[in-house]
Amino acid sequence: MRGDRTWNHLATLLAGILFGFGLSFSTMIQPAVVLSFLRFQDFGLMLVMGGAVAVVAVVYRWAPRWARRPLLGDHFHQHPSVWNRDTALGAALFGFGWGLCGVCPGPAIAGLGAANWDLLWALGGIALGALAQGIRAK
Amino acid sequence: MSHFAPDTEKQMNQISTLLPLGWTHYLVGGLLIGTGTALLFVLTGRIGGMSTVFSSTWSFIVQRPFFQQSRFVESRVWRLVYALGLILGALLWWVFFAGRATQATSLPAWQLLIGGFFVGYGARLGNGCTSGHGICGLGSLQLPSLMAVLTFMATAFITANLLAVWLP
Repeated sequence: MRGDRTWNHLATLLAGILFGFGLSFSTMIQPAVVLSFLRFQDFGLMLVMGGAVAVVAVVYRWAPRWARRPLLGDHFHQHPSVWNRDTALGAALFGFGWGLCGVCPGPAIAGLGAANWDLLWALGGIALGALAQGIRAK
Repeated sequence: MSHFAPDTEKQMNQISTLLPLGWTHYLVGGLLIGTGTALLFVLTGRIGGMSTVFSSTWSFIVQRPFFQQSRFVESRVWRLVYALGLILGALLWWVFFAGRATQATSLPAWQLLIGGFFVGYGARLGNGCTSGHGICGLGSLQLPSLMAVLTFMATAFITANLLAVWLP
């Protein structure tokens, strides 16, 4: 079972590679493209999100029926979301920031691989925002 | 033949107005993002939103109870591995598809930094971002995630459009 840990990390890395390649290939790591969506000039982001959601919806629904557990894990996780004041306020603030810079967490990280050093400003901002949120929480 | 042409042309024009840069790279990229998220689930059982890594990584150095919660401490290693994957995936694109061309944003640093701050604060307060609520939440058909997505889309539309007026 110990060897599973390495395979588990490799699987996680591979999943991340697909995610990061997809973000770059779809030009979502370019803030200008995201901002042009938010300004109703290019609806491509809808196709990116729709394509991703479609694949995930099928697999999230069917994988737990095909297999009792994941290939390299104990169980299929669930992450129930809740609608409350924090979710509403958090989402609103997130949108404000996203509209300001056109960068969300995935592209801020992936941007490093594409040598877009400008995105380090956004990455630093996101890290500081997450720190501030945690400190305010407790 | 000929009486179909004007309609087809009109449709093509509508598509190129909505998608002036084409559509295949958007759809293929989206399918790849979904495949990555789906693969993570099938192989490890994990739900792969991206914003949590920004809280869980602080748990290595900040000892406050919030950051030492088990949900952060126990997931901090694989979340960093996942983030490393994102960087490698973008690197592959940059080397093989972008000809190692210099990438830059046309935005000033303050806008990226302050925008980023609200992105980080908001995503963590609201427990999810464009991938957590957007891809994983919508992918598991959760109504609260749909409401979160509609909320951040609304404030993002307003902010981006006001900004386009004030800072052309």
